[in-house]
Amino acid sequence: MIAILDYGSGNLRSAQRAFAASGKDVVVTSHYDIAMEAEGLVIPGVGAFAACMVGLDSVKARTIITERIKSERPILGICIGMQILFSKSTEHGIHEGVGIWDAEVSQLQAPILPHMGWNTIETSADSILFKGVENESFYFVHSYAAKEKVGKVQSWSIHGERFLAAVEDGYVCATQFHPEKSGDAGLALIKNWTQSL
Amino acid sequence: MSLSVRIIPCLDVTDGRVVKGVNFTNLVDAGDPVEMAALYGREGADELTFLDISASVAGRETTLDVVRRTAEQVFIPLTVGGGIRSVGDVDRLLRAGADKVSINTAAIARPELIAEIADRFGSQVLVLSVDARRARSESGFEVTTHGGRESANIDALAWVEKACALGVGEILLNSMDADGTRAGYDIGMITAVRAVSKVPLIASGGAGALSDFSAALDAGADALLAASVFHFGIHRINDVKSYLNSHNYCVRASAGK
Repeated sequence: MIAILDYGSGNLRSAQRAFAASGKDVVVTSHYDIAMEAEGLVIPGVGAFAACMVGLDSVKARTIITERIKSERPILGICIGMQILFSKSTEHGIHEGVGIWDAEVSQLQAPILPHMGWNTIETSADSILFKGVENESFYFVHSYAAKEKVGKVQSWSIHGERFLAAVEDGYVCATQFHPEKSGDAGLALIKNWTQSL
Repeated sequence: MSLSVRIIPCLDVTDGRVVKGVNFTNLVDAGDPVEMAALYGREGADELTFLDISASVAGRETTLDVVRRTAEQVFIPLTVGGGIRSVGDVDRLLRAGADKVSINTAAIARPELIAEIADRFGSQVLVLSVDARRARSESGFEVTTHGGRESANIDALAWVEKACALGVGEILLNSMDADGTRAGYDIGMITAVRAVSKVPLIASGGAGALSDFSAALDAGADALLAASVFHFGIHRINDVKSYLNSHNYCVRASAGK
């Protein structure tokens, strides 16, 4: 069973439908025990970093995330759900993240922001998430991103500058784009993740 | 790696049906919105836009249901506009399955609404829909309301600049002069709006020939919205993408099923 963490942010309905399409049972929950016990936990997110951290703290998400990683239970962060895994963000001031990866999330230096639309990705041969969809486009909507190498496997994209499009780091995976909004390629990526659990 | 041009079919929905007219009048029935959304999704649309043009509360409820049913089966971004007046309206649409909302008349009446929505949900959910036409205003373009029937007595470029400062994440620029005519996008208007804004710009109104699409990109548009050429089968989405691809614009490969 896959749990999608409901902390008051995100297109939860879209995420639920897309993960259910992989054949798994999916629940949207803010319940601590369900989020802890699920086979895989998805941390969605749209909106501002600071507002998302407030929402996450209201459902004890820092504890859920760190405890799950300790007990080898997979997590997938999407968009802001990826960014909050870093140590800090400079979106409207400096805000502390969960700190799984020690790097900063900062604004993209690009003439047009947000980076909105379908972009291709430079994937790693070691990637599990992108297996079979290495050359596809995925849907991005964001103005901030991490730009340093963290974790075991990195995939990159470019908008104005190079940034981390996805990280696969053992039990923690994260995508800056929205697989749940990336058509068939996104559904295939989600299935790659659910089958790896 | 580069960002693809987005091709966005627009579904004008009233009382649960898609309609299309010329310059926002003489509307004719164009089909079932959920079926059309699914078809465009399969054909490689990069995004979908629903504009609710219902006049009644019952019509808006029907549209909410259409959004819900579309979101069940289409895994690409969905923008919904029409009749949005409050943060609560946005919340209901996002919960029904919309990914973005577009606002127009209510933001003109009360610009603070832009900041209220952006603060709560982020700029990226908020599209400013600008129904503009050529006029004797300062820039030569003015904003209209009520589907282009009334002048808002606001200069279009000044309004775009103000809305960007308040936090809109994208601009949907609809030429009321060109709407439904298939005589080409208003290139001068796109160029002028591009010059005063740094958020993504969606060109709308007037798409006819395939060369119209590339002309809008050359003027600075990031995305291309069209309705009647797709609804009435003049072009398939893949025709537009193939044309742009062969002219060296970056498009997302679409299955074209």
